[in-house]
Amino acid sequence: MDYLVTHSPALIVALPLLAAFAIPLISRLGPRVRAVLCLAVLGLVAALVAILAVDVHAVGIRLYTFGATAPEMALPGGYMVPVRIMFEVDGMSIFMGIVITTVAVASLIYSLQFLNGQTGQARFYSLMMLLYVGMMGLAFTGDMFNMFVFLEIASIAGTGLAAYRTNMADAVEGGFKYIVISAVSALMVLLAIGILYAQYNVLSIAALAHYMQYTTLDMMALGLLAGAFVMKLAGVPLHMWAPDTYTVAPAGTTPMILAASYTSMYALYRITFTLYGGHIDTAAIGWIVIIVGVLSMFVGVMMAVHQTDIKRMMAYHAISQGGYMLLGVGVGLAVIADPVALANYGRDAMNGGIFHIINHVFYKAMLFMTAEAIFFRVGTRDTNKMGGLARNMKWTAIFYAIGALAISGIPPFNGFASKLLIYQTVLSFNPVLSVIAMFVSLVTLASFAKVFYSAFTGPEMPGYKEVREVPKSMLIGMGILAACIILFGIFPGLIVDTIVAPATEALINQAPYINAVMGAAP
Amino acid sequence: MEHIPLNFPFLAAMLLVGISLYIIVFKRNLIKLVMGVAILSSAINLFLVSLGYRAGGVAPIYTDAPEGSMVLPVPQALTLTNIVIGVAVLALMLTLVIHIYRNTGDIDSHKSRILKG
Repeated sequence: MDYLVTHSPALIVALPLLAAFAIPLISRLGPRVRAVLCLAVLGLVAALVAILAVDVHAVGIRLYTFGATAPEMALPGGYMVPVRIMFEVDGMSIFMGIVITTVAVASLIYSLQFLNGQTGQARFYSLMMLLYVGMMGLAFTGDMFNMFVFLEIASIAGTGLAAYRTNMADAVEGGFKYIVISAVSALMVLLAIGILYAQYNVLSIAALAHYMQYTTLDMMALGLLAGAFVMKLAGVPLHMWAPDTYTVAPAGTTPMILAASYTSMYALYRITFTLYGGHIDTAAIGWIVIIVGVLSMFVGVMMAVHQTDIKRMMAYHAISQGGYMLLGVGVGLAVIADPVALANYGRDAMNGGIFHIINHVFYKAMLFMTAEAIFFRVGTRDTNKMGGLARNMKWTAIFYAIGALAISGIPPFNGFASKLLIYQTVLSFNPVLSVIAMFVSLVTLASFAKVFYSAFTGPEMPGYKEVREVPKSMLIGMGILAACIILFGIFPGLIVDTIVAPATEALINQAPYINAVMGAAP
Repeated sequence: MEHIPLNFPFLAAMLLVGISLYIIVFKRNLIKLVMGVAILSSAINLFLVSLGYRAGGVAPIYTDAPEGSMVLPVPQALTLTNIVIGVAVLALMLTLVIHIYRNTGDIDSHKSRILKG
């Protein structure tokens, strides 16, 4: 057990990586064996994530230094700087780990029957595992350069998945847009890493934060990193790729690509709070984050209202909901230097923003799955051509309704819990922002209700008499997420206390992250 | 005059970054766009390699090492990794361009574009 806990950060990344390259070989034994292997690997990794989460919750930061005599030994004997590659898992990292793993399990189960009869399935599962590896590595890494490498792994795998249906012209276009913005933003990150390395001669995030002087060059690096990650997380005005890529990716993978966007958001937080924490002008940077958040919220929802493509509408809503997360965390960042305001509402605003990540990934992942379930049976994404589908696709309709209510912030679903936290705290910070947030929520409800009526209710369409409910594995995939949505909606306090609050604490207080590596340095 | 040769690679790298960003943003031909990304990748490789240069340093190869202080090969390692990743990304991008050409018969980003709005 001890051995498992100690080595879990490495195993969580290594096992799916091995599986990714074993899958094309195993596929020769038949699709059933492949499905069992994929499920077994992800199930095992999910168990490891759970073990690690309990450990991080109880003990604190878990360090894994590759190649060291003991994994906790960040500084080799006689050295004053960390030279080895390391993973550093704190509250925020494990929070992202839980989000990514849950979505990956649901997506995998959903994909099993969704892909029946399609060619290139072996490569599909390989890429899915690689995307998972990229995201988990990005969440766990304690090293700037590995951040770049895992970002690229996630980008390449994500592109392969988005453009999986190469026979469809729009799928290839969506994939191409994704790789262009991913390649450019990853290279910007590398340029920033070069600038940081030139000054401090280290790559470890903790060591960089320890030595940070905040010179003009550091400011340029911060600008490059922030720009790159805002582009990757689809914040307005750098959101243009997201609707295209989310729309065309096959359903099992849209949730994963969505989670990859929020992993980039995690990287943005890691940079601003941990790497530059204590040096930047927090009020100014906080306001920039708030403005990007409010713009994303507003532009996203306004673009979503008039869409007729169901997945495209949801993609714009994803941009809009990303704005809530930025708003919550931005408010926290703006008041981080003021202990009274931080205690009064700043910490809760950040709790709300971070809680919204997990809530949003769950319900939006499920909504994308329902949209693709309709596409799977009906063959169109155009809401004007749908109608009366609830007669034959009861479960899909129920899941859609749960997701729609959750995204609009209606109790007792999880969206309500995090949105309420954001409204309340932002109200004490600046009432105007809170009003905008509530208005956006109303428009969201209107837009989802409109699609529900046009797609699921109404008279039976003559062409869709033979439409049946989607296969079991797809329903199970959606059901897992629906169960999480309802559970999180009923017990929000429990979730906030166990996984969200440690994540917020990890962001606000950068000292433990630095000391875990640099504590022994003179 | 002594500083010019040392700073020159950095200036060249930044110039290349500027050129590549111009290509990526303004060129409509998708092949040219891919070339822009390739130039950006090379510009950053040049930047990293120039970072690692130390006047009078010795390559960190222990066999028959000449006299002098060895340089830390981290920037070179970063460059190698970036070259490998860059090749993968370029290959993937070109594959997608071929697919776009097959599906729409055009590689002009204004004409082959389907998704908008």
